[in-house]
Amino acid sequence: MTLLNAALQGVFLGAFYAVLACGLSIMFGVMRIINLAHGDIAVLGAYVVFVIVEHAGVSAFIAFAAALPVMVVLGYVLQITLLERSLKAGILTPLLATFGLSIVIQNLLQLAFSPDVQSLGGSAGALTTSSWQLAGGLSVSALGLVVLVVAVLVFGALQLFLARTRIGWMMRATAEDADAAELVGINSRSVYAWATAMAVAIAALGGFFLAIRSVFDPVSGPTQLIFAFEAVVIGGMGSLWGTLLGGIALGVAQTLGAQVHPQFAVMAGHLLFLIVLIVRFGGGRAVLRAAR
Amino acid sequence: MTLLNVEALDCRYGLLQAVRSVSLRVEAGETVALIGANGAGKTTLLRAVAGAHRPHSGRVVFDGVDITRLPAHRRVALGIALVPEGRRLFPSLTVEENLRVAASRRRRGPWNVQSVLEVFPMLQQRRRRPAASLSGGEQQAVAIGRALMSNPRLLLLDEVSLGLAPIVVDAVYRSLAGIISEGSTVLLVEQDLTRALRVAGRVVCLLEGRVVLEEAAGGLDRDRVVNAYFGLRRPA
Repeated sequence: MTLLNAALQGVFLGAFYAVLACGLSIMFGVMRIINLAHGDIAVLGAYVVFVIVEHAGVSAFIAFAAALPVMVVLGYVLQITLLERSLKAGILTPLLATFGLSIVIQNLLQLAFSPDVQSLGGSAGALTTSSWQLAGGLSVSALGLVVLVVAVLVFGALQLFLARTRIGWMMRATAEDADAAELVGINSRSVYAWATAMAVAIAALGGFFLAIRSVFDPVSGPTQLIFAFEAVVIGGMGSLWGTLLGGIALGVAQTLGAQVHPQFAVMAGHLLFLIVLIVRFGGGRAVLRAAR
Repeated sequence: MTLLNVEALDCRYGLLQAVRSVSLRVEAGETVALIGANGAGKTTLLRAVAGAHRPHSGRVVFDGVDITRLPAHRRVALGIALVPEGRRLFPSLTVEENLRVAASRRRRGPWNVQSVLEVFPMLQQRRRRPAASLSGGEQQAVAIGRALMSNPRLLLLDEVSLGLAPIVVDAVYRSLAGIISEGSTVLLVEQDLTRALRVAGRVVCLLEGRVVLEEAAGGLDRDRVVNAYFGLRRPA
């Protein structure tokens, strides 16, 4: 039963990874940008919420609602200033540009907030501490459930948006052929900017969950990026539902790995990631050949 | 009335000069065929008019407005639509989504999903299927329909018969004849000379990026076109 409970906790953890990965998946799917600053943007979002909580004294949830428009604007501006220019210079340039952005964000956060560890768990009310014990030793925390429900809602809403609305079609059309999209009257610059704005807003949601479920500091970003990246790859690059399932698979692998040994949790996630890479992307034959 | 006026247009891809000082007028209501061998600069010229290729120098004037620096999506709003070479549909979108996504900057006019499906009845059954699952002829019909959705004043067609079976090309041209007879202005690129002469009122022949022949389709004899096409007797 502890195994079953561990798997359940893995689903909750994985939903959190999926939210972190969602924006990464959007930016790769629409613009083929691998945003290496994604984790740092999530942490930046957490700090924006933190600042609002400190100054206005409101609950973390209200502070997050206030931070959201700030992050949307930030994403839009990030696209039209930095990313758009770097995209013109080929596929590798955005990788370098976002790598640089990652360092800039980390150092600015260090400068503004010191390297101290912070948490928003205290300002999120009873949600962070309540839980229910179910039959058979299963434990459901309120926060875990909220994260899972929000994750499913975010992915579901995105899916509906892309499949049913004209702006969603415009986004898919631009993702598939930006040149042809321009020729039918779609402003691809604006579509890209809104895609990044969405990605940054959802990254901030991921950062917010990080802040209320555990702790964060100015250099938490890269770790979050690795988990998000693994979730995207496990789920199949650029597929939305795949990213949700990939995040959950990663979470379950980590909590089951922790059953083997507490130190093995993160490693189990990495192993799953490697296995998926080998199986899906044709590395299997190379491994077999090397083994022979 | 001159709808499109291209003045001394130069287009380059790096060091390669694809279009050399081309000047071209298209009157409202006219159908002009651009012909020429592969690499003559026809596609580049159309893309420059549509805004997909930024010219090196020269001007593109549409209905009296200089649009040389305008991005493609703003030209659609002014009434220019290009059916690009190779169709370039959005593969994961359905037929209907491909049409409706092109209506964001539509001008007022007769074309909507309904009237496009009436002109291309073979798409009626396919409207909820992804564009990638369609045959070549059906895809070409969607590409033309998608361009019509914006209710263009100038329709640019780039090799709509490329890669299609002759019987399908006939069907596509039958639909086009209907569209042209409704008074649209059309500038089309066509490799098939007979077809170009049949559908167009005027023929412009490009050779190595230059206009070498420009004449009404009616009085044109085939030998002169062939000479211009291959550059056998270059005009002085």
